[in-house]
Amino acid sequence: MQLKPFDKAIAESNLYPLTSTGINTLQVNVGRPCNQACRHCHVEAGPNRKEVMSKETMELCLDILRNSDIATVDITGGAPEMNPNFIWFVEECVKLGRHVMVRSNLTILTEPGYEEMPGFFAENLVEVIASLPYYMEQNTDSQRGKGVFQKSIAALKKLNALGYGIEGPGLILNLVFNPGGAFLPPSQKALEADYKREMQKRYGISFNKLFTITNLPVGRFLAYLNSSGNFEMYMGKLVASYNPSAATNVMCRNILSVGWDGTLYDCDFNQMLGLSINHGAPTHLKEFDLSSLSNRQIVTGIHCYGCTAGAGSSCGGATT
Amino acid sequence: MQTYYCPEDLSKFPTIGEGAPELWKKFSEWYGAVFAEGALTEREKALIALAVAHAVQCPYCIDAYTQTCLEKGSNKEQMTEAVHVAAAIRGGASLVHGVQMKNVIEKISM
Repeated sequence: MQLKPFDKAIAESNLYPLTSTGINTLQVNVGRPCNQACRHCHVEAGPNRKEVMSKETMELCLDILRNSDIATVDITGGAPEMNPNFIWFVEECVKLGRHVMVRSNLTILTEPGYEEMPGFFAENLVEVIASLPYYMEQNTDSQRGKGVFQKSIAALKKLNALGYGIEGPGLILNLVFNPGGAFLPPSQKALEADYKREMQKRYGISFNKLFTITNLPVGRFLAYLNSSGNFEMYMGKLVASYNPSAATNVMCRNILSVGWDGTLYDCDFNQMLGLSINHGAPTHLKEFDLSSLSNRQIVTGIHCYGCTAGAGSSCGGATT
Repeated sequence: MQTYYCPEDLSKFPTIGEGAPELWKKFSEWYGAVFAEGALTEREKALIALAVAHAVQCPYCIDAYTQTCLEKGSNKEQMTEAVHVAAAIRGGASLVHGVQMKNVIEKISM
């Protein structure tokens, strides 16, 4: 199968070489262990993964924050809550006055030993970005594992009770949808309206925003595409849906992704593909240089079509 | 040719324009306008298309509009109900012709 190289597509949109426009978010992947093993997970996270960010590496992240004006820290995993130094790291980021976002799978908040986590989030005004691939049990469980939906609903009710996702307290709870197969996500606006109506009607749950995210051909989703015979069809769809506006707004242009061992990447997908930052910019936290990283050329590949298809996709949902 | 219907043929649909480019251009523009958001949403139109695809039993259309419905945010329950609507109309259309049968029976029976 011959696919147009991604760099050629962005060249036709006058975006080559794709470069950073300045770093406003430090996305820190604190490790790959997870209490779930979702079928679409690009990290291939799960209970048996051993890669965990050390406290020393977290200290390096904090040094960077102290010496820069990067406004937001986006903590992801795996299940980031499972890192033994997670609470300390969040507290230190908050002390530095940074906005902290945590990407939670929700079910971890119902596991023994993590019962106090929602309260901790609320005390520290952490923005919670929670995976919930659909508002119905069957669709969610087939992607994320049996029983995940009911646990997710329990966690969301707990977050609502603390003031998350409701008007007033200002505690932000955003949900994440990703398609349950080899197709593109729907309109974010239309699906958010559905989610808001159905989540309230069925479960009495409210939230702030819904982010629709395209599945990228990386990790377990790539394995699924290959094993199901959908790879060619899906890649053809992504390439045919290339949107120059979405390419202009790709998230890698204003984030910096940090791996569990301190290696620097342009995004979490490149991180899982082992494509560290290149083109002369520093590749590890120990060599951090804000100036050169803020102007770096982004490392691209065929998977990047996932972020530029249709309405675009990022960790914050659609980009157009 | 192994079969009359090949999934790969769906992507060759635009080649129909080779014989009559102006007609294809008009069809394409009209088709695009039909499915654009209007008094009905794109999602509603995709569900109607899925139902009609089943009524006319077009495998290309079923393939295309199953994907479109999912990408417009419909779920399997909604899509299955749309197919039932198509099936009910087809079934009802057959059954209502039973009135013709009754008319004939009445006409020729003593």
